[in-house]
Parts: sequence; structure tokens; C-alpha cells
Amino acid sequence: MLVAVLCLAGLGGIFGIILGVASKKLAVEVDSRVEELNKVMPGANCGSCGLPGCAAFAEALVEGSVKPTLCAPGGASLYEKIALILGGEASEYQERQVAQLLCQGGVGHSRMLFRYQGIKECQAALAHYKGQKACNFGCVMQGSCSRACPFGAIQMGADGLPVVDYYLCTGCSRCVVECPQQILKLVGVSHLVNVRCVNPEPGKVSKGNCKVACIKCKICEKNCPEDAVHVVASGEGSVAIIDNDKCTNCGICAAKCPTRAIDKIPPLSEEVVLEVAVPPGTSCPNCGACKAA
Amino acid sequence: MQEYFIIVVSAVLINNIVLSQFLGICPFLGVSKKLSASLGMGGAVSFVLVLAGALTWLVQRYLLDPFRVGYLQTLAFILIIASLVQFVEMVLRKFSPPLYKALGIYLPLITTNCAVLGVAIINIQKEYTLGKVLVHSLSHAAGFTLALVLMSGIRERLEDADIPESMQGTPIALVTAALMSMAFLGFSGLI
Repeated sequence: MLVAVLCLAGLGGIFGIILGVASKKLAVEVDSRVEELNKVMPGANCGSCGLPGCAAFAEALVEGSVKPTLCAPGGASLYEKIALILGGEASEYQERQVAQLLCQGGVGHSRMLFRYQGIKECQAALAHYKGQKACNFGCVMQGSCSRACPFGAIQMGADGLPVVDYYLCTGCSRCVVECPQQILKLVGVSHLVNVRCVNPEPGKVSKGNCKVACIKCKICEKNCPEDAVHVVASGEGSVAIIDNDKCTNCGICAAKCPTRAIDKIPPLSEEVVLEVAVPPGTSCPNCGACKAA
Repeated sequence: MQEYFIIVVSAVLINNIVLSQFLGICPFLGVSKKLSASLGMGGAVSFVLVLAGALTWLVQRYLLDPFRVGYLQTLAFILIIASLVQFVEMVLRKFSPPLYKALGIYLPLITTNCAVLGVAIINIQKEYTLGKVLVHSLSHAAGFTLALVLMSGIRERLEDADIPESMQGTPIALVTAALMSMAFLGFSGLI
């Protein structure tokens, strides 16, 4: 008995000492900046940067192989913190992006062909005669984007369309990927005027299907002082599209648009953007954005 | 010479550690989705298996046998393998970061790989000399790598195959493993 205990204790002791010494002698120095970066990362591990998790992103940042802006959930406040740790200017990084829905055809605006009562998934609803709406290009209103959002930024509105909370949206593009109609688009927060219709069908058809459709009347094109909006070919027809670089957010096109397909949103205040709050009724995605801010 | 040859053929083909003795099934199923990953795992296991084989043999011969505490074999071997893997991990991290990165998570996983413990115990049971222990361990490691590489080759092809939904993933992998095991049964008449 004593021999057995001594044998094992001896073996364990020897290996313990060897490992202890080895861990001291063979210690590898880890760049302290990686640890600092790890602390300021959102921690959602959403993968929107293309790397496996926030820790891998922090390492790649120190190596200089990626740009801070790849981290969409972090936003401007994170870029500033990264700039502080790594040196450099946060202003070099691009502005915060949010997801915007390019459809306003909710219940009451859009003509319905039938009432869909199947599985509440956009993909499933689309499989039934291309959705319940007469328009085949708009939102199918089953809320797949809302469920895909890890930050609780998309709620389904009373008219059946998803409403993006631009203050909660981190631009992670999960909903953009999820939307089978591809009508959720990441847009810079400073870009306030958007054409909220992607229907390329002739004006008569699109107007007949939806009251707020783009009817290709070109009134926006004629009234734009900056030559920023044009009705351009899209799919088998055409639709109005605004050039973000030229647009000055004057809102003339939005005011002139006969169907209100062009929409101008009120400017977002940057101060509120920093105060990320979890709205009541949604679960905390544990992204760490509130702690970081 | 002939003895060594028999050890090699028997360990790689006839008594293949995975397909005939059913040891190390966990990495066999877990790390056989990609050919590159299975090669990495095979390399890491070979490395640890040979080192552990030699070390456990020495401990058995010069510590457990003289003190007549052979019943501590399992306990002592697990201790040795766990410490060895830790040590190898540290050495690799320091002196060969590329290899450390390539092996990644597979290295610590070997601590709990029953194939390593199994081969160490078989070494003792067959009363091999140190030279034979090294050859035997290396052959079993080669057999393990062979099984993993064959499996990953099949599974990469299965990715493109039209498999019924209920059979996708693990079920078809298990069926594949069973068929491979039966195929390897054919080698039993080799010697």
C-alpha cells in the first residue's frame, strides 16, 4: 500500500515539477495588445468579420491583416477604442451601417392575392405562389429577419412589415443574408433618403399591386438638383436608385415622389447611438456593446 | 527482421487500432471530415503514441515491476500520457509555432484518446523489448492515420452524395465505419 502511494506520488511529483519548470522556461510571450483588444470586442462571436470569433479577430488586428471596420457590431465606438490601443485614427474607418428595408408595402398598401396561414418563415411563404402579395418583389412579412437579428433590433410592425431600430442595429448583416427577397440593405447612417421599392415592373403593374411602389415616372430624376437619382434598368424592367455619393439628403425627391416610394428618415443622433439598450421583451444577445459603451 | 515485419503488418492492417480493436473511435469520427484535418490528427497521434509507448514501457520496466505494483498500470499510464501531452504542447508552442497552430485543438484532445493508452498497455502485455515497442507504437500510429485518411476521403465524397435526410451526418459515417471495419476483416488471413 505504502509502496503504491509512494510510486504514484513520486511519478506525479516528478511530472508536476517537470511541467512546472517547463511552463516557466517555455513560456511564450503573448502580445498584451491582443488581451486589451479582447476586452473591448463586442464578444458576440457573430463571425461577420469572416474570422472564427472575436479573439481571432483581435489577433488578426494586431497582425495588421484585417481592418477594424470588418467588425460591424462594434461600430464607431469600437473603432475608436481599437485606434487607441493600436495607434492610428478612428476617422479613417468608415461610418456605421444599418439595415434598411427596401419595401413599404404593408397591409393596406399592398394588394393581397390570398391569406397565407402556413409556417411563419419567409422562405416557406414564398414557396406558396411567390407569397401572398400581388407584388413578387416586396417583403413577404413572415419575420425571418426579426428572428435572425441577434440584437433584437428588428420588430414586426402593425402593418406586417419589419421595423428596424437604427439605434439597436449594429449592421452585422445577419438579416441581409436571411431575407429571401434580398430587400434588406446595409446603408450608412448618414444616408437618409432611400427608394423603398425594388419592383422593376412597369408603373401600371407595380402601382396596381401596391400603392407605394416605384412607378418609374422619373419625377425624382427631373427634380434632383444633384443628379443623384435615376431610374435604371433592373431585372426585366427598371427602378429608381439613389447614388449615395451624390445625394445630399435634401429630400426633394422624397417630397415629389407621387407614390411616396422614396422615403426620408429623420437623422440619427450619434449620442443615442452609443447608448445601446435592450428593449423590453427581447433577450439580451450578450454582445457586450452596452458594457463597452 | 522478420519479427519486426510481422509486427508492422499486424499493427497496421490486421489488428488496426480503429477498425479491428475499436480504440480511438472518437477522433476517428470527429476529425475525419476533412482530409487535411485527419492528416494533422494522424501526425499528432503518431508523435504522442511513440513517445508515450517508450515512456510507459520504461516506467513499467523500472518502476512498476521492481516494486511489484503492476496493478497501478492504468493509473500511472494515464498520468504519464496526460503530462506528456502537456509537455509536448509546451515544447511545440515554443519551438515550432507553425506545427502547434496546424495541430491546434487536436493536440490536447489526444490526452483522452484511448488508442494511446490501449497501445501502451498492449506493448506491456506482449512483453516487447524497447525496440519492438517503438516499432509497434509507430505501426499502430500509422494504422490510425491510415484509417483516418481513408475515412476522410470517403466522407469528402459523401458531402456531394445524395443521402436521405435521416441518414445525413453521423448515421452515414457510422455505416461507413462499419463497412470499412468489415473490409479490414479480410486482412486477418494475411499472416
